[in-house]
Amino acid sequence: MNQKTFLAFIGPSVVMMVLFIALPLATVLKQSFYVTQPVYQTLEVETCTPTFTGQLCVKEIKTIPTIGDNGKMITQTSFVGFVNYQNVLELPRVIKAFANNSWRQFMVIDFWKALRFTLSFTLVTLPLVLSFGLIIALCINNVAKSIRGPVIFVSLLPMIITPVIGALSIRWLFIGDGILTSFLEWWLVRDISMFAQAWTIELMMMFYRVWHVAPFAAIVFYAGLQTVNQDTVESAIIDGASRWQKFRYVILPHLMPLIVFVTLIHLMDAYRVFEEVIGFSSQAHVISLQWLTYDFLTSDLMGNRSIGRASASSMLTMIGITLLLIPVLRGVWIDYKGKRL
Amino acid sequence: MKDINLIRQPIGLRLSSYFFLIFWCIVAAFPIFWITVISVKLPIDAFNSNPLNVIFGPATLTQGKGLSFIDITVGLAIILFTAKLTTGWLGRMVNKYSPNGYLGFGWIIGSMAFGISFIVVFFAIMPSMLSVLNDYAGELGNNIIGFSTQHYSTVWFERDFINNFKNSLLVTTGVVTISLTFGTLAGYGLSRSGSNLAFWILIIALIFRALPHSVLVTGYLPFFINSAEILRPIFGDAAPTLYGMPWATVAVLVAINQPFTIWMLRSFFQSIPSELDEAARVDGCSHFQAFRRVIMPIMWPGVITTGLFSFLLAYNDFLVTSMLLEAQNTTMVPAIVSMFNMETTTTDQVVAVAAAVSIIAPLFFLVMFFQRQIVSGLTAGAVKG
Repeated sequence: MNQKTFLAFIGPSVVMMVLFIALPLATVLKQSFYVTQPVYQTLEVETCTPTFTGQLCVKEIKTIPTIGDNGKMITQTSFVGFVNYQNVLELPRVIKAFANNSWRQFMVIDFWKALRFTLSFTLVTLPLVLSFGLIIALCINNVAKSIRGPVIFVSLLPMIITPVIGALSIRWLFIGDGILTSFLEWWLVRDISMFAQAWTIELMMMFYRVWHVAPFAAIVFYAGLQTVNQDTVESAIIDGASRWQKFRYVILPHLMPLIVFVTLIHLMDAYRVFEEVIGFSSQAHVISLQWLTYDFLTSDLMGNRSIGRASASSMLTMIGITLLLIPVLRGVWIDYKGKRL
Repeated sequence: MKDINLIRQPIGLRLSSYFFLIFWCIVAAFPIFWITVISVKLPIDAFNSNPLNVIFGPATLTQGKGLSFIDITVGLAIILFTAKLTTGWLGRMVNKYSPNGYLGFGWIIGSMAFGISFIVVFFAIMPSMLSVLNDYAGELGNNIIGFSTQHYSTVWFERDFINNFKNSLLVTTGVVTISLTFGTLAGYGLSRSGSNLAFWILIIALIFRALPHSVLVTGYLPFFINSAEILRPIFGDAAPTLYGMPWATVAVLVAINQPFTIWMLRSFFQSIPSELDEAARVDGCSHFQAFRRVIMPIMWPGVITTGLFSFLLAYNDFLVTSMLLEAQNTTMVPAIVSMFNMETTTTDQVVAVAAAVSIIAPLFFLVMFFQRQIVSGLTAGAVKG
């Protein structure tokens, strides 16, 4: 295929990606250095209230947003440099918290709280997803062919269910006197409230995520198990390999590219954790980086949205995912170069 | 070849495999099963602390709303029969009757017709026939499990969920159509080119895949709100305010989806040998004709699979639609979240659960219809590299 036809084929998509992804990204970068605020004016307002002895007048100086001719607030946008980033990172408070040697003060600051949860969520669920996926795949591979189909059908359900509703359905099991909470209370003989403290909520969120993603890992691994070279397995057995050795030295290396693939996808997706915060309504206790941006973007009672701060936190979120993915991508890259040579 | 793995498995290992899978299936299906059960009970039963009361719903029964033994048997039989039909018969019918090269449309029309006839049979014909049957059946016709559809009618007819449903339909149709149109072209181009440019486009697409969606929304939101003023120089007074327009969110969702679509379609195209387009070229086709007349007809399974995943992304999205649409006019998922947040009474809670079940019911049938395609889609990116 020559260059020209190639460009004709990929042209529409590339134009679309530039227009709808790259361009918005550039605007986010730009917005993160600007602040849009309503223009305020100070007015001296005299309010008079009639009393029995005459009028009682109070003069007040008020700051109110200027209203333009079209009835909307007049806003102005100004370049502020890194102020938005400072507002998100809140470094003075961080320094103060460190000076006091207080982890708790540090965790009160929204951005760091969100970062802490997002990272621990991603890194804790990753090994769980991989190992559960692998176990499910091995088990499916072990059982009779006739029941594999139904098992895969049931396994797919948690994966394709709407994430918000998946989270809600887990929440309904635990909320108030939900059946699982009642069961736990009966079992442990004590009162349990799953939504009163951060760590139980985090536990449920992680459970939800593993429940949601493990089927994906399982199906990818199961497909990989179908292509294991049986000759290699046989010769390993003839050479006297134990079951564990067979798994460790034949099957696992065969699955390695798939494990890397699932890791890559899971890092990307788990870092975006957001639906859990909505589904479990956990914003009072646990927030994630995407939720932080979402919160900045949501309009407050006055109808203002802090676009500048949202952009700054978006940029920081992006830097975070880049740092997280670099080790994995580097491995893929070296592998790719090795194959090419 | 004999599966040496299987023969040599000691019985203990196989048994524990079965036990683990049973455990896993219960874990996987239970939350979904449970919200379905809750949604057809009156609030007293739905939030009862005794699980048996939730399942059998004594309070719902005393209101005269329930299912008899016959209802349950017939209902289950119809569901099982449907599942059987979808896995074999439907595919054969579609293959037989769709005109050459339009297998994809055949699938879409076939599954829609099938779905609609299932809904008609299951929700209209079956209940009326069963009520007659129950009157004659005596003991077997008595209600044994509480069952009430009142929350569903509240959701769909009183809370105006139909409007949200229409928006969801609009958004998902738009996203699937546009991403597939652009995606197949790009996927084909990328699969047939070994140039460095192709490699870099794929890498950039992979990086875009990693973008948190909120980043894109941050880029779009100010533009959407002020679009009437920004676009005025181009469109004059007809410039629309994109904020709150369901079709405008299609652009955002397509953008989010496109990198993934391209990757997946590329790997499907790669599994089609390039000798095929060379043969077409020898016969005098241009590249585009070869793509249109030779490759696309055999690409339909891949296109359907990719379309499914685009559909899921658009259908399941909360972040984009809740941010870019107004609260009164959203798609279904944001609507249920706001329903859930403003609920006050337990009745409202069960209504929210019923709305949630309404949203996931189509997904359930989707898995039933397209299990094989979904599995092949999941493994396409991974196994074929």
